[in-house]
Amino acid sequence: MTSSANRLYGRLDDVSGDAGYRAHPQRVGFFTDTSVCIGCKACEVACKEWNGLPEPGPGDLALLGMSYDNTGALGADSWRHVAFVEQEVPASIGPLVAGPDGSLTLNLGQDGAGQDGAGQDAAGSGSSATATRWLMSSDVCKHCTHAACLDVCPTGALVRTEFGTVIVQPDVCNGCAYCVSACPFGVIDRREDDGRAWKCTMCYDRLRGGLEPACAKACPTDSIQFGPLDELRATAQARLAELHEAGVSQARLYGADADDGIGGAGAFFLLLDRPEVYGLPPDPVVTTRDLPAMWRWAGLAAGVVAAGVAVAFTGRRR
Amino acid sequence: MTEQPQVPPAQFQSYYGRPILKVTRWREPHLPAYLFLGELSGATAVLGALAAATGRPRLARAGRLFAATAAYAGAGFLTAELGRPERFANMLRVAKPTSPMSMGSWILAAHSGLVTAAAASEVTGRLGRTGAVAGAAAALTGPLLATYPGVLLANTAVPAWHSGYRELPLLFAGGALTSAGAAGLAAVALGSSPAESGPAQRLALVGAAVESVAGFGLEHGLGVAGEPYREGDGGRLLRAARAMTLTGAVAAVAARRSRTAAATAAALLVGGGLCAKFAVLRAGVNSAADPKYVLATQAGQATGPAGRS
Repeated sequence: MTSSANRLYGRLDDVSGDAGYRAHPQRVGFFTDTSVCIGCKACEVACKEWNGLPEPGPGDLALLGMSYDNTGALGADSWRHVAFVEQEVPASIGPLVAGPDGSLTLNLGQDGAGQDGAGQDAAGSGSSATATRWLMSSDVCKHCTHAACLDVCPTGALVRTEFGTVIVQPDVCNGCAYCVSACPFGVIDRREDDGRAWKCTMCYDRLRGGLEPACAKACPTDSIQFGPLDELRATAQARLAELHEAGVSQARLYGADADDGIGGAGAFFLLLDRPEVYGLPPDPVVTTRDLPAMWRWAGLAAGVVAAGVAVAFTGRRR
Repeated sequence: MTEQPQVPPAQFQSYYGRPILKVTRWREPHLPAYLFLGELSGATAVLGALAAATGRPRLARAGRLFAATAAYAGAGFLTAELGRPERFANMLRVAKPTSPMSMGSWILAAHSGLVTAAAASEVTGRLGRTGAVAGAAAALTGPLLATYPGVLLANTAVPAWHSGYRELPLLFAGGALTSAGAAGLAAVALGSSPAESGPAQRLALVGAAVESVAGFGLEHGLGVAGEPYREGDGGRLLRAARAMTLTGAVAAVAARRSRTAAATAAALLVGGGLCAKFAVLRAGVNSAADPKYVLATQAGQATGPAGRS
């Protein structure tokens, strides 16, 4: 089980090598540090511009009426999506304040209610004082180590690149939409007028030309950082420690663990609340993990069909 | 003093209630029709082969013709489901074990070829030995064609489908048996001697039992992920499917004496089988649309491979 476990699930350190690239560049990725995101959506615009993404259907250009987010979700025509969350939270975990030197500290409020807030999530705190807080996060395709979309694609249109990212080849995709249901993050979708599946390529064309992806280039606060994945993971750990030091106990990394259900994400995040608050699945697992067991059950069921028909032919000859 | 529950009802946080997953692009009636026709073609191929082997020429003929017709109709629905139908042949561009749709396309291609050869030989009366060999080989591809869609649906992030990876192939196996029974009963109603209805009756009974057990498992064996099979339109359709299938199986018992009973039983079994496929699609759609199912199936899941939530 060990070798197949690594092919379908679990830790996989050389994802491009596993895909068949003998010599390949370092795996690259995004580290999206949401603690410095200002929700400006420059990433959404830059992505649309660079990749020539169409506007969604006529009825889709509407105000969603829920927050300052009117993109709503990632999709075939939105490869970056800035989530915007407005929360009432206990004052003890309320807003971060930027000091004159750029460092972040926790606003403890006038009564200093933050002392016992450590380790608490937004849902539970003894203090009755509340504060409004805004969370912003630029979501993107996770470029999973074990990518369900790529695993289930029947045509080979979805491929692993030499950079360790996952892209759709539009000239091969026949629009079967299997990837749409397989993605545990709800990222990839089919463009209905065009019939093919589309998602973030991490600007494969720019990577080939030695440039960073358009969203990272456009981000004014460096919330979106691009680089070799190993370096980004180290950066993220340091940033997490810094935030914990400052008392932001809710800060957590999401998708940074190479031993998680998708073998770690190529695009991972630093979040300030639970993943589901941002519309992310809390503990995604690549569906293919269970594929061997699924085929065993289907094989058993096929045996039931054969045996059932055979049984029907036994008994009295009529 | 009464004991108060210590754990309050589960409260889920979400992003403004929006879905975490994309709701499937697979549509009605294409997907349910394809699932049903695949079952029908698969099981009638086995029926035709066994009828030929046991010297029931009329049943063998019916089985082979049903198998070929259903395979082509199913492939038609499958193609119409694609965003780019003209690129259907790209399905055979690679053979990919990690993709149930790739494996299924190869199974469908092989099965279609075999049942076409068997049916063509049956209709033209030529190349009888080739037809018989092809028909016998289709008895091997048939059961796979009928049940692989269980893997196709389960190998997704859709909670109601993924969690049901044991039950879905069995549900389709039961549907295959009842649909083959319906085909045999239809042949009886249309002219075969009612005395040849024995195998079709038994298929209906066995199939109805398997389908009911699998449906019960989907409803009650999956925890929260089974809720879409109990509630809403998915639940209603699954209950209607069971009512039709069980009634059809009972009617099938009377088919030996009455062509009307045979026709009624066939119609009920087809209706039940189709209804169950629509139920599975609706349950999947509903489970992907509500973030609570994703959150409930992922809460604290730290199981190893093949673990169930």
